[in-house]
Amino acid sequence: MPMATASSSLHGTAAALHGVGAAASSKPRSAAPVARSVRVAAAARGSGSARARGGMVARAAVAANAVAAAESKSGGHELLLFEALREALIEEMKADPTVCVFGEDVGHYGGSYKVTKGLAEMFGDLRVLDTPIAENSFTGMGVGAAMKGLRPIVEGMNMGFLLLAYNQISNNCGMLHYTSGGQFKIPIVIRGPGGVGRQLGAEHSQRLESYFQSIPGLQMVACSTPYNAKGLMKAAIRSENPVVLFEHVLLYNLKEKIPDEEYICCLEEAEMVRPGEHVTILTYSRMRYHVMQAAKTLVNKGYDPEVIDIRSLKPFDLHTIGNSIKKTHRVLIVEECMRTGGIGASLRSSIIDNFWDYLDAPIMCLSSQDVPTPYAAPLEDATVVQPAQIVAAVEQICQ
Amino acid sequence: MAPWLVRTSSQLVRRAARRLLSPSQHRRHRAPAPWKLCSVPPVPRTTSPAAGGGLWEFCSVRRFTGDSSPAAASTAEDGLAGGELELDFPGGKVSFVAEMNFLPESQKERINCYRVLDDDGRTVSGSKFQEVSKEMALKMYSEMVTLQIMDTIFYEAQRQGRISFYLTSHGEEAINIASAAALSIDDIVLPQYREPGVLLWRGFTLQEFANQCFGNSLDYGKGRQMPIHYGSNRLNYFTVSSPIATQLPHAVGAAYSLKMDKKEACAITYFGDGGTSEGDFHAALNFAAVMEAPVIFFCRNNGWAISTPTAEQFRSDGAVVRGQAYGMRSIRVDGNDALAVYSAVHIAREMAITEGRPILVEALTYRVGHHSTSDDSTKYRPVDEIEHWRTARDPISRYRKWVQGNGWWSDSDESELRNSVRQELLQAIQVAERMPKPPLTELFTDVYDEIPSNLREQERLLRDAIKKHPADYPADVRV
Repeated sequence: MPMATASSSLHGTAAALHGVGAAASSKPRSAAPVARSVRVAAAARGSGSARARGGMVARAAVAANAVAAAESKSGGHELLLFEALREALIEEMKADPTVCVFGEDVGHYGGSYKVTKGLAEMFGDLRVLDTPIAENSFTGMGVGAAMKGLRPIVEGMNMGFLLLAYNQISNNCGMLHYTSGGQFKIPIVIRGPGGVGRQLGAEHSQRLESYFQSIPGLQMVACSTPYNAKGLMKAAIRSENPVVLFEHVLLYNLKEKIPDEEYICCLEEAEMVRPGEHVTILTYSRMRYHVMQAAKTLVNKGYDPEVIDIRSLKPFDLHTIGNSIKKTHRVLIVEECMRTGGIGASLRSSIIDNFWDYLDAPIMCLSSQDVPTPYAAPLEDATVVQPAQIVAAVEQICQ
Repeated sequence: MAPWLVRTSSQLVRRAARRLLSPSQHRRHRAPAPWKLCSVPPVPRTTSPAAGGGLWEFCSVRRFTGDSSPAAASTAEDGLAGGELELDFPGGKVSFVAEMNFLPESQKERINCYRVLDDDGRTVSGSKFQEVSKEMALKMYSEMVTLQIMDTIFYEAQRQGRISFYLTSHGEEAINIASAAALSIDDIVLPQYREPGVLLWRGFTLQEFANQCFGNSLDYGKGRQMPIHYGSNRLNYFTVSSPIATQLPHAVGAAYSLKMDKKEACAITYFGDGGTSEGDFHAALNFAAVMEAPVIFFCRNNGWAISTPTAEQFRSDGAVVRGQAYGMRSIRVDGNDALAVYSAVHIAREMAITEGRPILVEALTYRVGHHSTSDDSTKYRPVDEIEHWRTARDPISRYRKWVQGNGWWSDSDESELRNSVRQELLQAIQVAERMPKPPLTELFTDVYDEIPSNLREQERLLRDAIKKHPADYPADVRV
C-alpha cells in the first residue's frame, strides 16, 4: 500500500473529532495517514487564568472546520522546524508579556540554531536575555523568575550542557511546587537540541532523555516535525508545570506546511504516524524518520507496521499505545537513548505492566549502544539504530 | 608576546603603588558616602546609552561597553606609535605599566566593619545610622527575643523526640530581625534556612511555625518538607530548599521579574560563609551585576559551615571583597549590631531599587548553636569560644542595653514578654502536635498542577493495599 502524504479534508475532519484513537478503532483503514492529534486553540484567548491548561485536560476535540485547513491545499504555510519553534515563541511572547527567554547567545546572536533569531529585536533585551555561561545558574534564575510569576523558557545550547543544570532541575524545578504545598508554581520550559548529530563528538551528541525521566514533577516531550514542534512549544509554554522539550540537532531543517490558524498539541498525547495491523512501532524524535524509512522497505516486503511517535516521554500516552497493542499484539520500540536505562527500557516495563495479556511476542527494543558517541562517521552510524536493523527486527517479531 | 606588555609608564607605576599603600585614601576616592540617605549620588554610568530618566530604561537598549576601535588596536599591535600610554580595550581604557605588578592576594588591612552600637549598647560617637522610632525599636527587640525563645523551645522539642529535626539561629537574631525590619513586605525573600526571623517579622505566627515543624495538615507545605523549611507566598518568603546556595540564582530571577514589572521592590537572599563556595554564588553575583538586577546578597558570615571554619572555606578576606570582582558594591557590617544591620540593609535596598543594581552585604556574626540537632559542635570548636560569643557578644543583650538606655524597656517588661512568648509557644506546640497529619491524598497532589493518570493509578494501588491489609498501616493516617 503506498503511503500518501496528504489526506483529504474528510479524513482530517474525522481525525480531529476522534483524536488519535481513531486509528485504533474499527474504522476501515484509509490510504492516508490520519492527521496528527490537533487541538485548535479557542478563538478568544483569555487572561492567564483562562489559559489552556497544559495539564491533563480531557481530550475534547474542537473546530473540525479549522482542522480541515491543516490538510487542505489552500492556506497553511511552509517552514523549517526551527522556524516553527520560533513562530511558537513569537506568538506566545506577543500574547503574554510574562513569557521570556533565557539562554546563552539567544539574544542578538539569535541562538546557536537560530530558534530565537529576531526575538531580541522584537521584544527587547529584557525579555530575550543573554546569560553568562553558567547553566545551573540561569536555570536557577529561571526557577526564581517562574516562582515570582514569569514564564521563562530556558534554552540549553545543547541538552548535554543542561547536565550542569541538573541540580536546579531536579532539586528545585521538579520539587518546589510540591514542597511548598502548591504555594509556588514553576511554569518553566527547558529546551534545547540533543541527540546524535553528524560527527559532533561525544559531549555534543548525548542521548539523555532518560536522565531526566525519573525526576518527579517534570513533564517531558520530544518534537519531531515542524507541526508538532510549534504545537508542543506553545503547549509547554502554557503549561503550569515545568516541561522539558527535547529537540534534535538533525531535525531543525525539516520542512513542512503547517496551518495558518493557531493550534497547540497536547503535551501528553502520542502521534499516530502510520496506522497498521502487524506490529506497533513506538519511536520518537529523529528515530521516527529511520522508522519511516524502514517502513517503506517493510511495506514492499508485505508488512503493515503501525508507527506511533510517542512524543510524550513523561508521562507515556498509554491510551494510544495500549489501543495499538490491543490491535497488533506486537511491539517494537526504536529509540536513540542507550540500551541501559533508556526511555525504551522504561516504556517496555510500562507496557508489560499494563498490556501483558495482549502481547503475542516479547517486546523488542532497539536502542543505541552503551557507548559515548564516537566521532568517526562509520562508528557514529553504528552507535545509533539504522533502518536496516529496524526491518530485521520487524521480520523477527512477525515470524 | 605583544609589544604593549613591555612598554610602560612610570607614572602608572606610581599611581598603582599609591593605591596599594594608602587604602583609606583610595576608598575615599572610590565609594560614595553610604549613609547620607537621600543624597547618595548615583554612580555615573560609564556604559549607559543616552536614554535618560526612567528607572528601568537602562537595559532596554543593547550596549557594547567600550568596543576597541580597529585603529587603536592596530596602533597598539605595531609598536605604540607616538608613545601610546593606554590600550583601548572592551570594558574601557587600560593603562600600561613598566613593571610587573602582581596584585597582592590580600589587602594589608581587612575591610572595615560598619558598627553603630558598642558592646555596652551605646551608640558609638560620630556613628551614622538610620533612625528608628520607639515603636519600631521595641518591635525589633521583642521579635528578637521571640525568635530566641522559639529556637530554644523547638530545639528542646526535638530533643524530646516530638519533632524530628531543628536548627537554631542563636547568635544571629539581629541579622534576622533587623534586616527584615529594613525591608518592605513587597521585597521578596529567598532564605537559606537560618532566617526564620524574617518570616516571623512579616507576621508568620508561632502556630504556623509549629504546624510546619510538626508537618501536620495545617502546614502550608502539606507535610512535604522537614522542619524549618518554611515558605509563604502570602508573605513573599520563598520556600526553603535545602541545597546550599541554590536560592541565589533564584533571587536574580525574582529580581529580574520585579524589574520587568517595574516594581518598587527588590529581592533579598541570605546565605552563609559556606554558601559562598558554591558555584551558584559566583554565577548569581555575576549575573546580577551584568543584568543590573535589584538583589541584596546577604552573607551571614558566622564563622562555621557545620565543622568547616572560614579559614578552610576561603582564603579571601571574607565575602565582602568578592563583590568588587563582580563589579558589585559591597559592605561589611557587624552582624550582632541590630542598628547597623538595619541601616545597612535600608540603604542597600534603596540603592538596589533606585539604581537597579545588586548589593553584597557581609554581616560578621557567630553561629552560637550547633549547625542543627544532628550536630554537636563542641566536637570541632572550643567551648570557651562558643561561650564568649553566646554571652559577651550576644546581639540581643547588646540591643537591649540600647533600648533600655533610651528608657523604652524595663526588666519587668522583659520577664513579661519572655513568659508570654513561652506560654504561647508551648500552647502552639501542643496544638500542632495533636493536629492530624496530612491525608494520603496529599501524597500525590502538587507534583503537577493536576494529578496525572499515572499518579492516580499509584494512589489507587496504595489505597487498595491499605484496604486489603489495614493492620500493616498506621491507623491514624487518613486515606
